[in-house]
Amino acid sequence: MNTPANTAPTSLGAQAIPSAAFSMTRPFYWSVQRELWENRSIYIAPLAAAAVFLIGFLISAIHLPRQMRTLSAPALHQTIMTPYDFVAGLLMLTAMAVGLFYCLDALNGERRDRSILFWKSLPVSDATAVLAKASIPFVVLPLITFAVTVAAQWIMLLLSSAVLLGNGLSAGTLWTQVHLIPMSLMLLYHLITVHVLWHAPFYGWLLLISAWARRAAFLWAVLPIIAIAFVEKIAFNTSHFATFLGDRLGGGAEAMTMPGSMPIDPGVHITLGRYLSSPGLWIGLAFTALCLAAAVQLRRQRGPL
Amino acid sequence: MAAIESHGLRKAFGTTVALDSIDLRLEEGRILGIIGPNGAGKTTALNAILGLTPHEGTLQVLGRNPWTQRDQLMRDVAFIADVAVLPRWMRVSQLLDYVAGVHPRFSRDRAQGFLAKTAIQPDAKIRHLSKGMVTQLHLALVMAIDARLLVLDEPTLGLDSLYRKQFYDSLLNDYFDRSRTIVVTTHQVEEFQDLLTDVIFMDRGRILLNSTIEEYEARYLELIVHPEQVAAARALKPIFERQLFDRGILLFDHGDRQQLGALGDVRTPSIADLFVAVVGQAPGQIGQSQGATR
Repeated sequence: MNTPANTAPTSLGAQAIPSAAFSMTRPFYWSVQRELWENRSIYIAPLAAAAVFLIGFLISAIHLPRQMRTLSAPALHQTIMTPYDFVAGLLMLTAMAVGLFYCLDALNGERRDRSILFWKSLPVSDATAVLAKASIPFVVLPLITFAVTVAAQWIMLLLSSAVLLGNGLSAGTLWTQVHLIPMSLMLLYHLITVHVLWHAPFYGWLLLISAWARRAAFLWAVLPIIAIAFVEKIAFNTSHFATFLGDRLGGGAEAMTMPGSMPIDPGVHITLGRYLSSPGLWIGLAFTALCLAAAVQLRRQRGPL
Repeated sequence: MAAIESHGLRKAFGTTVALDSIDLRLEEGRILGIIGPNGAGKTTALNAILGLTPHEGTLQVLGRNPWTQRDQLMRDVAFIADVAVLPRWMRVSQLLDYVAGVHPRFSRDRAQGFLAKTAIQPDAKIRHLSKGMVTQLHLALVMAIDARLLVLDEPTLGLDSLYRKQFYDSLLNDYFDRSRTIVVTTHQVEEFQDLLTDVIFMDRGRILLNSTIEEYEARYLELIVHPEQVAAARALKPIFERQLFDRGILLFDHGDRQQLGALGDVRTPSIADLFVAVVGQAPGQIGQSQGATR
């Protein structure tokens, strides 16, 4: 028994140098990759939503030449811009729905099908596993939303240009109205400030419930919220909690002032300072961090269902 | 260094004591079989060793505390918890990519070498593999990990005996090299009896027997006698007695081989037979033995 005892520390020491770099990034990368393998809806749903929208857009483009000739300038601007806003909004809603269902299943499904015993047999820490799962709503879905939206908007612009040219009209008006690059930058800003940072507590909460609930994670995620709002209404006849949640879900309004209804309209004024100095942002992020830390502990302590 | 060392290892779920003060030391390079009925505490013991559950008492696995240093420990430990845990949605090739990605000591070539000897296709989904193939796949994965400790919890449960034999054959021939340590729990003792260097009997959270195979063979004897010799054999205080057709089979602890040889045939009892004698029930039975422990 002496030989292994003497050789073990040296072989461990030799292992420690590459494994230090190995320990965090590679397992994290492969854990995210694994989530994409398992949950293909993360990219299929936005692609499908965009494809359906583009078919509808192509059909509606038949009317474009007539509109170009007859509509007044402000009305034409409105008509041209609405689909670009609409596709962005559609893809944001799709990503939120995917994120909701993904998060509720992320830490629950692996316990239900007992595969957690396999994942835990590998040198991937619970923190790495939970952060990889959290990166789906916080990084992967916003990036996919951004990429698919921008791609769809370019396709829309090219499609309508082709329709106009096919009818012997100039596409010049279209290209002066639609500013894709500023729109894309605004979209990115909106996704980061609202969909990632402002909505983070929702995803944190869903991941926590996913780690905690034995079954019916959706009910556990939603019922306490309804119960609090309901009790508040009965007890004090107020609805501060419901208003608070509504503001949070629709919110992030501190990030910009908008003349229109959509964040990617030109003329939107970015107010990053006001956004960063709003306590709601930081309280929300602190709550998210607490939820994720609790989810890591729950994953560590709990076995398969 | 000991692969596993514990003192007063205890684990309770509410008022149910799953592990009752376990003292254990297993040197590296051994193959330990933990044998016990369902509910004996085998899986709880393994979960503590693998850092899947907190515990009371001291426990060191490869010199580390498995609960607090689990992340480092898992580079040196491989385990198969149950045949059904490989993610069913995954493809075989994805599984290999993933393990190669996260495990610094996994050899993809080695795993593919093992898989080439099976009928498992790289692009197959795990949900489409038979139970025996899933076990082959999981074994190919863990055998391709250069681990110092391999833990197998009922690895062959639900497999037919042909697969069970293959499983243990390849484990012994292709993997074990005397520098690794293997811990296996099972209640299907027959297949792996010849593999073990150490054996532990557990029942209701306690260790009833903890012995190397050499000690075991020196200590326990089974005497097969004709009916007319039974009374004389009984006088030598067997620990257990049963009938097989018209012969009496008596188990002795620290018996005198020559003295017993004069009465009938003497041999080393099988682990399953000794288990019945020590624990009072067959290893496959559901717990709650009737106080037959001694």
